[in-house]
Amino acid sequence: MQVSREEILHIANLAYLNLEENEIDSYILHLQDILGFANRVNNAPVENIDITIGSNEATNVFRKDEIKVFEDYESLLQNAVTREQNMFKIPKVL
Amino acid sequence: MSREDYEIVIGLEVHAELSTNTKIFCSCPTKFGAEPNTQTCPICMAMPGTLPVLNEKVVEYAVKAGLATNCEISRDSKNDRKNYFYPDLPKAYQISQFDKPLCENGYIEIDTENGKKKIGLTRIHIEEDAGKLNHDEFGGGSLVDLNRAGVPLIEIVSEPDIRSSEETEKYLRKLKSILEYIEVSDCKMQEGSLRADVNVSVRKKGDTKLGTRTEMKNMNSFRSITRAIEYEVDRQIDVIKDGGKIEQETLRWDEVSGKTFPMRDKEDAQDYRYFPDPDLVAIKLSEEYIQNIKESLPELPESRKQRYLEDYRLSEKDANLITSSKYLSDLFEEAIQVCNNPKAVNNWIISDISRILNETEMEPVEIPFDAKQLGKLVILIDKGTISSSIGKKVLTELFENPRNPEEIIKEKGWIQISDEGAIKEVVLKILEENPQSIADYKGGKDKALGFLVGQAMKETKGKANPQMLNKMFLEELNK
Amino acid sequence: MRQKGGKEMNITELTVHELQEKLKNKELTITDITKAYVDRIKEKENDVQAFITLLTEKAIEQAKDIQNRVEKGEIKGELAGIPIGIKDNMCTKGVKTTCGSKMLENFVAPYDATVVEKINDENMIDLGKLNMDEFAMGSSTEYSYFKKTKNPWNLNKVPGGSSGGSAAAVAAEIVPWALGSDTGGSIRQPSSFCGVVGLKPTYGLVSRYGLVAYASSLDQIGPITKDVKDAAILLNIIAGHDEKDTTSTDIPKVDYTKALKNDVKGLKIGIPKEFFGEGINEEVKVSIQKAIEKYKELGAEIEEFSLDIIQDVLASYYIIASAEASSNLGRFDGIRYTYRTPEFKNLKEIYKKSRSEAFGTEVKRRIILGTYVLSSGYYDAYYKKAQQVRTLVMNQFNKAFEKYDVILTPTSPTVAFNIGEKSNNPLEMYLADICTVSVNVAGLPGISIPCGVNQEGMPIGMQLIGNKFCEETILNAAYTFEQAIKFRENYKPE
Repeated sequence: MQVSREEILHIANLAYLNLEENEIDSYILHLQDILGFANRVNNAPVENIDITIGSNEATNVFRKDEIKVFEDYESLLQNAVTREQNMFKIPKVL
Repeated sequence: MSREDYEIVIGLEVHAELSTNTKIFCSCPTKFGAEPNTQTCPICMAMPGTLPVLNEKVVEYAVKAGLATNCEISRDSKNDRKNYFYPDLPKAYQISQFDKPLCENGYIEIDTENGKKKIGLTRIHIEEDAGKLNHDEFGGGSLVDLNRAGVPLIEIVSEPDIRSSEETEKYLRKLKSILEYIEVSDCKMQEGSLRADVNVSVRKKGDTKLGTRTEMKNMNSFRSITRAIEYEVDRQIDVIKDGGKIEQETLRWDEVSGKTFPMRDKEDAQDYRYFPDPDLVAIKLSEEYIQNIKESLPELPESRKQRYLEDYRLSEKDANLITSSKYLSDLFEEAIQVCNNPKAVNNWIISDISRILNETEMEPVEIPFDAKQLGKLVILIDKGTISSSIGKKVLTELFENPRNPEEIIKEKGWIQISDEGAIKEVVLKILEENPQSIADYKGGKDKALGFLVGQAMKETKGKANPQMLNKMFLEELNK
Repeated sequence: MRQKGGKEMNITELTVHELQEKLKNKELTITDITKAYVDRIKEKENDVQAFITLLTEKAIEQAKDIQNRVEKGEIKGELAGIPIGIKDNMCTKGVKTTCGSKMLENFVAPYDATVVEKINDENMIDLGKLNMDEFAMGSSTEYSYFKKTKNPWNLNKVPGGSSGGSAAAVAAEIVPWALGSDTGGSIRQPSSFCGVVGLKPTYGLVSRYGLVAYASSLDQIGPITKDVKDAAILLNIIAGHDEKDTTSTDIPKVDYTKALKNDVKGLKIGIPKEFFGEGINEEVKVSIQKAIEKYKELGAEIEEFSLDIIQDVLASYYIIASAEASSNLGRFDGIRYTYRTPEFKNLKEIYKKSRSEAFGTEVKRRIILGTYVLSSGYYDAYYKKAQQVRTLVMNQFNKAFEKYDVILTPTSPTVAFNIGEKSNNPLEMYLADICTVSVNVAGLPGISIPCGVNQEGMPIGMQLIGNKFCEETILNAAYTFEQAIKFRENYKPE
């Protein structure tokens, strides 16, 4: 499996990660290694086999439309680095 | 080549907030306008470790919407994650539906100059709304409010079957009225509970290939949608005429300048990496479930309209106007229950009520009085307790401070004077004060009668019964 | 420690069911137990480094309070006052939950995980939050941002991972038992490395609500204990349907301790030959072979069979786990509750710099792998194929369980390795998960119990796999073996 520099930078950008210049090569190498192994799923005998999303076979697990108020909303904000007027403050978004 | 040589192609993605009590994946309330972040919990804040549980009403409402728009309902559906980073999306993925939406292949009919036209619906799927970014007036930053994060939405995707801004508005109004009728969304556009992404492209007439489209996001008024489409069509035609190419991009409509602007950072390639959400299980709806919802569907606007044409002999135009809003239509029917005078109720709705709604830019659902009060008003006029001109004043009062019309007229002293003795007194007084008018009338000037009645009305502040006044003036003048 | 009947009692050596017995007989009080553990932590934690957050001071207060309430008859419950340790990826209200990451170094959850609620409802005492590989990604606990936990059997060796803190703490007897989580072996492999019992329940038996997600379709919480009976007792507490977790299954409650019959006569055990091939250490093979012989002696029926897609399953595991992780870890963004980079020019820099600075290399590697396999153009080749392989392995297991009650394998190809020995070769590390991941991919229950030690004296673990929701079968099989070989009486760390 060949992974190009452009490709790994594109993927890192999709994942909102910066890769240091000196890390890029080792990330490429490891990713190639792992993909090379992972690629064996393409030789697995899976023709006409359905996919499985999770091992739980239940369907239609729903909740009633009933309000439960989470009272302690302060605790939801307590970990924020910057907050203002009960909101999370971030640099201006246009 | 002129604008007439181009065909406009429009497709819409409409987002409607569902009027459930709670959010789609947690039990937080969905009320509009609460203090920032007070309608949140660990789940909709995307705290680590939390899990979504699907609200059963969301599935039911989406299926209702699908059935009301002639869709096929999927027996095998699921939720997928759409991954992207934005501060109003706390999980960094939106739970939506990708390849197995709940509803597919529907249509809506609109009335055009050339008769009825079907606008195809590609799909309706369920998803969660994002939060809101407010701008900080002082600190120069943005503030994230997640009250709206997780409010349930249906996204209704149309085929590119729409050919003008007028058709767009008709389609949207029709869709809005259907959603209101089946009571799955309150469709308050000014609160953003109904909003549309508008895809526009143009092509030379006769071309079969679609032109490159641009998408205008999050439009929430009919006026801006119409303006934006007109602007964008002109812009695209100009670009093509100048030999340029339309770029497929997302645009933002700016209401103030009346122009569209590119919205996204171009370097951000979009790749949503959809995959089935492993936190949720499959949705497999049974025939019985779908049948039950089908049977519970209320009467839709088209059917009500037919009934009004046949039972009440309303004009096509009036019937269209009244049925365009479930609220107006309900008001109409319930007021008739009270006063049994469809024609009068119809007149009030299509003339004075509609005028006031237009003048005040109010949605029908915001009408403050109820059908009983409107019905009473009609009865008061029918019984002659008040004149229709007083009736108009009562209506204005109903908009300002709704209460029982009988109370209003009592309080304001607007009860019509129909007492013969009292009327005669006024007639005699006016005649005495206006000898010239008597002479004029006798000299053949019929207009003088009108003047005298007017004076008498003035004297009684509009309360005298106009028919009785007329009759009594004539009697006196012809004596 | 105190004298009773002339015999010296070492409290922290006891299993929980032994502690329960002593409490019942008034040989011990709740405060005795907690104090003994707090002392033991003081003595051992410096060497073992199992905890990220210690709650020992609070624990003593709690113990006094619970003791009081029990004496007044306000609370009952057979586990009131029993201490426990919790892996640091389960949310605890008011106490930090770090996931072993700089990203959540200061994160205090606003709610309790469902399992934590259950522990609290029993009035158990939380001694602290246990170390782990960052976001449960790793098999040595070396990827913790905070510290390297040592294997109590040999402090130069890793405890395994990702629940290395939990397994080491139980082995070092600084907690009587602990909760771990297992996505691809993270309960069983460290249990095997540390010579303790670790159970990964059937997917859906224990609620995941409040477990910080690594790979949602694979993650499962389970007990790490000194012996099988304790595992059954703790499973009794944490198992059960939870409305907050759609993927938790609604099945009738079972008392798992009742399954411990000390009898495997007629039990059909399948041995998948692919688990004994290349890459499995010779000493491990020999030890497992001996265990198989023991089962024969005990009257079980043994048969070899083939589970020929385990390599494909391992590939599929890394695709699915990384894909889900890449999405699950998107919420760590520098805005609401995580680390935030100190210097940034705009919003995007907050995101990118915070994530790049606070995620460790292995986490970033898996996010990149997961993003890659989900990205357009690769989805069908990797993610979709992996999910098809998932169906395939479930079918193979279904077939096997038509013939066998239990499938027996090594838990890990090797015993605990030296600290620093493997952390530079990710693929090699991934390949070492070969014995455990198929259990997660198929959603089955698996238990690891010690079956011997190698020449160096390091413990070797045996894995018993059961059919879905057949925890009782594997618990009984494990219990019967444990009673026969008396591992704890014969081997001890130090």
